[in-house]
Amino acid sequence: MKKVSKIASIIMAVAMVLACFTSCGESTTSNAIKIGAIGPLTGSAAIYGQAVENGALIAIEEVNAKGGLQFELKCEDDENDAEKAVNAYNKLKDWGMQISLGTVTTQPCIAVSTEVNADRIFALTPSASSTDVLGGQPDADGNVTIPRKDNVFQMCFTDPNQGVASAQYIKEQALGEKIAVIYNNSDAYSTGIYQKFQAEADKLGLNIVCVNTFSDDSANDFTAQLNEIKQAGADLVFLPIYYTPASLILSQADKMQYEPKFFGVDGMDGILTVENFDTSLAEGVMLLTPFTADAQDEMTKSFVAKYQEKYGETPNQFAADAYDCIIALYDACVNQNIEVSMSASEICKKLIAEFTNPNFKIDGLTGTGMTWSATGEVSKSPKGMVIQNGVYVGM
Amino acid sequence: MEKIKNLNKFTRTNIRAYGLIILAFIVLFPLQSTGIISNSISGQLVPICTYIVMAISLNLTVGFLGELSLGHAGFMSVGAFTGVITAICLQEVIPSAALRLLIAIIAGGIAAGVAGFLIGIPVLRLRGDYLAIVTLAFGEIIKNIINCLYVGVDSNGLHMSMTNAEALGMINGKLIINGPQGAVGITKIASFTAGILLILFALFIILNLVNSKSGRAVTAIRDNRIAAESVGISVTRYKLTAFIISAVLAGMAGALYAMNFSTIAAKKFDFNTSILILVFVVLGGMGNIVGSIVATALLYILPELLREYADYRMLIYAIVLILVMLLTNSEKAKQMRERFVYKWKKRLRKNNDQQEGLKNG
Repeated sequence: MKKVSKIASIIMAVAMVLACFTSCGESTTSNAIKIGAIGPLTGSAAIYGQAVENGALIAIEEVNAKGGLQFELKCEDDENDAEKAVNAYNKLKDWGMQISLGTVTTQPCIAVSTEVNADRIFALTPSASSTDVLGGQPDADGNVTIPRKDNVFQMCFTDPNQGVASAQYIKEQALGEKIAVIYNNSDAYSTGIYQKFQAEADKLGLNIVCVNTFSDDSANDFTAQLNEIKQAGADLVFLPIYYTPASLILSQADKMQYEPKFFGVDGMDGILTVENFDTSLAEGVMLLTPFTADAQDEMTKSFVAKYQEKYGETPNQFAADAYDCIIALYDACVNQNIEVSMSASEICKKLIAEFTNPNFKIDGLTGTGMTWSATGEVSKSPKGMVIQNGVYVGM
Repeated sequence: MEKIKNLNKFTRTNIRAYGLIILAFIVLFPLQSTGIISNSISGQLVPICTYIVMAISLNLTVGFLGELSLGHAGFMSVGAFTGVITAICLQEVIPSAALRLLIAIIAGGIAAGVAGFLIGIPVLRLRGDYLAIVTLAFGEIIKNIINCLYVGVDSNGLHMSMTNAEALGMINGKLIINGPQGAVGITKIASFTAGILLILFALFIILNLVNSKSGRAVTAIRDNRIAAESVGISVTRYKLTAFIISAVLAGMAGALYAMNFSTIAAKKFDFNTSILILVFVVLGGMGNIVGSIVATALLYILPELLREYADYRMLIYAIVLILVMLLTNSEKAKQMRERFVYKWKKRLRKNNDQQEGLKNG
């Protein structure tokens, strides 16, 4: 018996080691511009990092198929941690990264954007939405904490924009009389959106009856918050949070037979892919996102088809943002005649010039005619989406 | 070699510990400044230094005092945020980065020491598992307090609030700590040299403490509290001393850590970080300072070296951890190791004898 288990354990160990070696077969193209991406490929935010990697890979395949300028992507894991992100960034620098896709999530991106700014590597982040990533943005009192990092640009909306846009959308469409908010006060993304939402709601005269918070440590039980909201009689609940706690809120609200309208932001995207989540509960949930997988234009259709064929799931907004990042970088590189032999700082200088050029417009999955300002923010319009029969439908 | 063997145990540990750190510095510093080693390694030097200080300071509580503390990252957090506030406030007053870093580290140490004192009073009345649970709770409390702390500075001085950034009422000021978003506008002033100096300082404090009268009192309390009390050792006093020193060093490490990144958030210093440091200590051996240093450096670099294996990285890391724990601690492994050493020595002796035999012959 003992012998059997010994042999079995040896076999298991060998199998694991072999599995490791097989996984690192990487497709490398010589003579390609090296693009480095950092994101959470493991841990609780892994769905975002993986989506970005997948989306970017599809775009790179398309771009490389054109036969002109070639791109090569390497993605490193940061476990959604600033310290690990800087380690990953240094690793990518050793690899010879020429353009950075920044990082996927906000906190790590603040750390990495400072590094790219010092090292003069151009960065276009698909989804790190805080203004601290870009720097140079004053808060409500006009305090500027971080100077502008001139070579960092965003593909997604900034947190303040999302908060403001959500409030305006709710007001314009008259979605709710009494509004409640649940946000994560231990999360930079969630707090950032909430603060701007509150400020804009006050300005517009929206009636916010109840504001509740939770933290990462208490993200399992929302009955207390939901009870309070129910008692306050809210008919619309604004959830500027990620989809995992949101899925719990939806199912717990259902258990207490409380059925208000729910309104989310881009972090809500992904709720239909949560394991063991009854997607019928998400019926009627609204969210503000620049991308929908069921849009009827050719570009989205072909992207979704490719994504489904390759990865077996419907792409979310993060994948679309990453796709657009690569498309934008490709166009910018072609416009500026960037070559593979150029150094990262040379490329950086040219790309800054191109991205701040008002004539530089990109038609992508997440918007048409996207332009960038010198502040690093993208200009595109958000779309309101509602979940019907398990898919997003434009509102 | 013979000379080192003849020295007493204390001096031997000292030489090994200081020697290891100084050697590491002599080898790595020129390599780093000339850029011969990769960016990856060179970027990890400062975090490794801070974690080494964390590990040896926790070793004082866990190894020498014999109390399991699960909230060590809390003190690191206090030190980190105090250090950040100090450094940002002094940015204009003190232009020298090195001096500013030094003051920030000292401020971080003092703040963490005060926190250690306040927490130590209730906590050290408990023992064993109870103490471990309570330190865990205090670590979480510190994290949650900093999570809703807003600090800013403008021409009128420092502003503090627990509600939101708007409540600070600053005019053209600079937000230092922005609640859960943490501190974002940190100027990177930490350096490898500062890290090494901090380790040497921590080693100096801990090694001297352990070998002083107080240190012997501390280990006596660990080995038998009742016996220690009966010979007149004030248990509370020595326990508190060791706990506070451990907290001060953790606070200093925290300040250095914060100065190495442009952003830090309270979320980083959670239960997981405390456990990570405990793993370094346990793996290096409780009460073994040199072991802590080596274990920290190896375990920090390992996940980075394993980046090639992408998805399987953390799996391999876990397997390596289990294997190392088994190899260093299981009875059977110990016996095997001893047998190997015995055989090796025997062969060496044989060779020596043969050589001497040849010479004589």
